[in-house]
Amino acid sequence: MKNFMEKCCSECWHTPENQCQYFVQCCTEGPLCHHSDECTAKIKEYNAQLLFKKHDEPVIFIGAGTCGLAAGAAKVEETIKTELAKHNINATIIRTGCIGYCAREPIVDIKLPNGERIAYCEVTPKLVPKLVQTTIIDGGVLESNLLGSHERKSEICSSLYDNPFFALQKKIVLENCGIINPDSIDAYIANGGFRGINKALKLMTNEEVVKEILDSGLRGRGGAGFPTGKKWELAMKQKSDTKYIICNADEGDPGAFMDRSVLESDPYKLIEGMMIAGYAIGANFGYIYCRAEYPLAISRLTHCIEECEKYGILGENILNSGFNFRLKIKKGAGAFVCGEETALIASIEGKRGMPKPRPPFPVVAGLWGKPTVINNVETLANISSIINKGAEWFASVGTDRSRGTKVFALSGKIVNTGLVEIPMGITLEDVVFKIGGGIPFNKKFKAVQIGGPSGGCLPMSVIQTPVEYETLKEVGAMMGSGGFVVMDEDTCMVDIARFFLNFIKDESCGKCVPCREGTKRMLEIIERIPVAYDDKNDKTDQLNRFKGIIGLKRLAEVIKDTSLCGLGQSAPNPVLSGLKYFKDEYEEHLFDRHCRAGVCKELLTFSIDNTLCTGCGLCKKKCPNEAIVGQKGEGHFILQDKCIQCGMCLETCRFCAINVN
Amino acid sequence: MANQIIEKYPKNDRSILIPLLQDIQEENGYLPEDVLKEAAAHIGISMSSIYGVATFYNQFRLTPLGKNVIRVCRGTACHVKNSANILFGLETALNIKAGQTTRDKNFTLEVVSCIGACSIAPVICINDDYYGRVTVKEIDRILKKYQPVQPKPSPQKAEEVVK
Repeated sequence: MKNFMEKCCSECWHTPENQCQYFVQCCTEGPLCHHSDECTAKIKEYNAQLLFKKHDEPVIFIGAGTCGLAAGAAKVEETIKTELAKHNINATIIRTGCIGYCAREPIVDIKLPNGERIAYCEVTPKLVPKLVQTTIIDGGVLESNLLGSHERKSEICSSLYDNPFFALQKKIVLENCGIINPDSIDAYIANGGFRGINKALKLMTNEEVVKEILDSGLRGRGGAGFPTGKKWELAMKQKSDTKYIICNADEGDPGAFMDRSVLESDPYKLIEGMMIAGYAIGANFGYIYCRAEYPLAISRLTHCIEECEKYGILGENILNSGFNFRLKIKKGAGAFVCGEETALIASIEGKRGMPKPRPPFPVVAGLWGKPTVINNVETLANISSIINKGAEWFASVGTDRSRGTKVFALSGKIVNTGLVEIPMGITLEDVVFKIGGGIPFNKKFKAVQIGGPSGGCLPMSVIQTPVEYETLKEVGAMMGSGGFVVMDEDTCMVDIARFFLNFIKDESCGKCVPCREGTKRMLEIIERIPVAYDDKNDKTDQLNRFKGIIGLKRLAEVIKDTSLCGLGQSAPNPVLSGLKYFKDEYEEHLFDRHCRAGVCKELLTFSIDNTLCTGCGLCKKKCPNEAIVGQKGEGHFILQDKCIQCGMCLETCRFCAINVN
Repeated sequence: MANQIIEKYPKNDRSILIPLLQDIQEENGYLPEDVLKEAAAHIGISMSSIYGVATFYNQFRLTPLGKNVIRVCRGTACHVKNSANILFGLETALNIKAGQTTRDKNFTLEVVSCIGACSIAPVICINDDYYGRVTVKEIDRILKKYQPVQPKPSPQKAEEVVK
């Protein structure tokens, strides 16, 4: 058998045009329409191949998501190929998605015939010959780069799940990510794919599907946490001949990349989730609104949709159930506000992505005035497992108010950057210090930024907060889409507030005044804080700065209360949480003119330590304002009145001769 | 060429506007005015509506790009890891500001809000190549790969020769 569309014998009649209702079950369990031991054996053997239970050649899995490729996975693959050719070894090479441990990429898994699948990390092209020699030729384990075996109980080396990064995780959404070949529909089916839609179509009415999702307690993973079942119920009850389901894959949050990873590593799961959603609400058409910045995700999705159509899993009369469903990809054009439901709809309709006042909500009048459900990628990726394993199983994970798991993208000043899926209810401390491995270079933890530009920065004092929708809101952040940026003592909170306001100001669509004008004013106030003035005795400037801060909080409240959409309403959050937890840092900037993190460059003075300076002249060459003077081979000096505090000298100096005060 | 792209899409359907603009930009590298006029006639909307959409989204540009496009990620994770310095370093190395193209049309420097490769921050992306964990020291070396084969001697080097 080469693929599941190849008929086991002449009895099988499944085609995309004329579908067999047993197709999905038949693919994994053997033919159901006729009895033949030969056919069952054939299908069983193909499944074993797909699950890599039985193979004659070594199999090499290469993590090739965008992160893996950026870390050099393509070069590693090439080197592996040439190395294998050199030794005359035949092996199967499979590109998988991302397993989540981005800090240690490129990750290569090697599975010998009848052996365990063992993961190796930080595999560079230089290491490849050694890796091939030790593992494939000698059949051993390369301890220096070992990550662990994929088996929970391994006989030859430590298990992946002994690693704290994986030990505390509970994978539902990411269960296949980095494990299976994301391009192969057969691999997805063999790993239990399309059983959810199969079950929904055969055994459940659409009310039952909606009830199952309601009972599971699944809440929207895009940020606000609206119960998904409720949304579906509202849409289901709408009487309309056309309805739409839209997947929001416009992951605009800077610092979040979980949607990208799901799209790249397990696109079929999303497709299946959308099909179930379409069946539940009565929609026959779905859109995936994906960021254009994710070319790999878009190409994989396109390929997967084509495959599904070829198999008859998307199209007319799916699995002979009378349900029709088609999917289309819409490329976003880069606007953060398009993450807002009504703005996203406007964008699909070919207009400027500006939000509309609600009600009417999209579930009543959405895309082209028809009832529309918009769900986030992660939400939809949960659906198939819920239908498959039941609401009770899903509800047993997490806490009472927040069920299931949440995917976070750990980034910033943390050892184990990457993608983690944690059961709701574990504390931020566990995520940062146990899973994340703490802060690199023995620096001190300062804050964690959750929820992107709409969220907030949480300090050490609230690190015991469990990860739940409500608790995070209480402490001044929000779940958001799952950005989790860790900051250490070298991060300045005033600078972070400035960064987010700058982002929001740029991304504000300009429709409502509080957001358009208010965020700009807030940015001006924040920007004024670290600016150094020529005349240090000028008290009016200091007074203005001080007055700005007093007004800042009130301005923030007004923007929060009066903005039209979620973007504006949550825009002041980074500032408010900053003022709440890091007031001392703001005051230090204001009164002492000092930035403890050394980030606000306007407050710094640069000088050269002549005992260390070798006079190489590199900083002189790099200085954009010609503020550095000195003869080659002798100590250099910085002319303070010319220095613009850009910090280029500090970045370029190879001898650590630049002092910062 | 432009006609072929436009003809692929149905007439008088507003919803095709953004994909159409994306295709035009992919073909030309930017949105040329004369092509936009044709597109406006094809869809049956005014030129000002197209201008409104084209200037709203970050992706679209109305001026041609350089040969190599450098995208500097300015997401949160990259910001925390000093991407501002990377951007400043690139600006000084190329002697242009973000959003501009060098005189010789070799480089365009762009800022994007997030590339989605936060785990290897700070990231820059030149054409389709990603560079993770970039430092200011590396900038010259990275840019060199994309310089034309025989670069003209820069004024600074010329000075050294005179000495």
